Amino acid sequence: MKSGKFWAWVVFIVGAAYFFIPLMATVEFSLRMRRGVHSFDAYQIVLGDARFQSTFLYSVVAAIFTIILGVLIVVPAAYWIRLRLPQLRPIVEFITLLPLVIPAIVIVFGYIRMYGSNSPLPFLGSNMGANALLVIGYATLALPYMYRAVDTGLRTIDVRTLTEAAQILGAGWGTIIGRVILPNVLIAVLSGAFLTFAIVIGEFTMASLLNRPAFGPYLQNIGANRAYEPAALAIIAFAITWGCMSLIQILSRFAPKSANRPN
Amino acid sequence: MAEPFLSIQHVRKSYGSNTVVQDFSLDVEPGEFVSFLGPSGCGKTTVLRMVAGFEEPSAGKIVVAGKDITRLKPNQRNVGMVFQAYALFPNLTVAQNIAFGLKVAGMPKADADKRVAEMLDMIKLPQMADRYPYQLSGGQQQRIALARAIAPKPKLLLLDEPLSALDAKVRVSLREEIRSIQKKLGITTIFVTHDQEEALSISDRIAVMYGGKAEQVATPFEIYNRPATKFVANFVGTLNVLEGKVTDAASGTVQVNTQQVSLKGKLNGSKSGDTLSLALRPEAISLGSQPGHDSRLTGEISEVHFLGSVIRVRVGIGNNTVSLDTFNNSATPPPAVGEKAEISFSSSDMLVLH
Repeated sequence: MKSGKFWAWVVFIVGAAYFFIPLMATVEFSLRMRRGVHSFDAYQIVLGDARFQSTFLYSVVAAIFTIILGVLIVVPAAYWIRLRLPQLRPIVEFITLLPLVIPAIVIVFGYIRMYGSNSPLPFLGSNMGANALLVIGYATLALPYMYRAVDTGLRTIDVRTLTEAAQILGAGWGTIIGRVILPNVLIAVLSGAFLTFAIVIGEFTMASLLNRPAFGPYLQNIGANRAYEPAALAIIAFAITWGCMSLIQILSRFAPKSANRPN
Repeated sequence: MAEPFLSIQHVRKSYGSNTVVQDFSLDVEPGEFVSFLGPSGCGKTTVLRMVAGFEEPSAGKIVVAGKDITRLKPNQRNVGMVFQAYALFPNLTVAQNIAFGLKVAGMPKADADKRVAEMLDMIKLPQMADRYPYQLSGGQQQRIALARAIAPKPKLLLLDEPLSALDAKVRVSLREEIRSIQKKLGITTIFVTHDQEEALSISDRIAVMYGGKAEQVATPFEIYNRPATKFVANFVGTLNVLEGKVTDAASGTVQVNTQQVSLKGKLNGSKSGDTLSLALRPEAISLGSQPGHDSRLTGEISEVHFLGSVIRVRVGIGNNTVSLDTFNNSATPPPAVGEKAEISFSSSDMLVLH
């Protein structure tokens, strides 16, 4: 074996061990709830817990609305910037990066001050309003990932010529975005969507401070009070994330064929 | 004279202080095929894009079938367009691409399917309906783009350098196909190109553009044989330019190097002593005397290139060099470099460039 190949294998094995050993240790620990034998008791308790089901469902619904809101904001904005306002791109990129720089706790305190029950826009005056505010907050948090994913997708197609081709055939803006642009950046949008999903499912700060019954605060609560269940929950959360990644791969096979795809 | 189908009236386009099209006017008859020919940056594509509605003229008016469309949006103009980069929608099959405009117009599915089949037959690609653009060659993609543009029966067809991205062989066959389809449908067409051979071979008329202006609008025959300006003469075809001096304006005598040439009736406004640029197409010149050729110049052969069926010869006449082609004749060897040679031509073929 050539020495280059040998060291490549060494690096791969060390990297894999760094990744898998804690994972296997967590899996092993999560199976130790019953003394002396391995069992799925911790998983049964977690999955059977009514609070797990309700908080998980709440976060899934919040994630879906966040994705819809994100797509509605980001796709037309990124498209328009590429088509007509390329000079604004650096500014918009900077704005979309802000949620990575400004901690979620700062954003949520800002929301509480701005949209409290005494404000002109009293989002926090009702449950539905607070839910809406949470979704808006999540859309903000997911902005860096969603914008970059969509913008990268738009880079792979000739936005201007495709737009003009559709326009000259009689299409209006709705048709152009819905039937020409969106289908051609669908994989990019899906990538952004699943990243958003992964962020929303585990998010703690906003949900906790807005007092929403989401999965993140539930995870924290279990982690603080139980021994084996947090390990089981960590594995479940890991499985969900990897499930999302796999879905991106599977869905990409059904995505529209692109002229840019190599033959 | 009948009302023009497309009338571009005194159109100007400026970007800030930079004027890219200046006072451009053109009338196009119904069913006519007009090419905009010119070098990069001459404004030909900008004029086409103003007709399509992608650019708004800074001044002037564009009228189609008697209707002022200057301020209409592209999707309200009922104009078909083929782009240089094909611009097929990558997510749609060939049939869906062709049906796109029909669907947008609200045509019932059965009628749209029928029209798509007609279009696929017309471009001779009926078996490609279910393919995606990435599965087609460049030539096939451009034929699909043409079918897509024609499917909604537009009033006007705009072709923006549709052959530029294709290889030489496909270009020739596709340009003939475009012309035959255009003639069959009788659709008024504007074709933008920088390739003079393309423009000369398929156009009813050519607008040669330079510096945002139309230098000459005429038939290919006129453009080639009677160029109106020095730019047109130089841009279209190969040209031998000779520097001459008017020795007798009244009799039309011009001196080239030390030899006299008679150009009676061609020296409008020139005075004795004026310096002129004279031009001759290579095919108008013969090596040696020829019946019908009334003018002769002598020089020395400076280059000979044997190209098979044709021999390209360059003859030096003082500071001027004249290039001409002669057919290969197996019984006669090509002339040798350094030989004295006489060239002859008809003075009526001599162009005086202004």
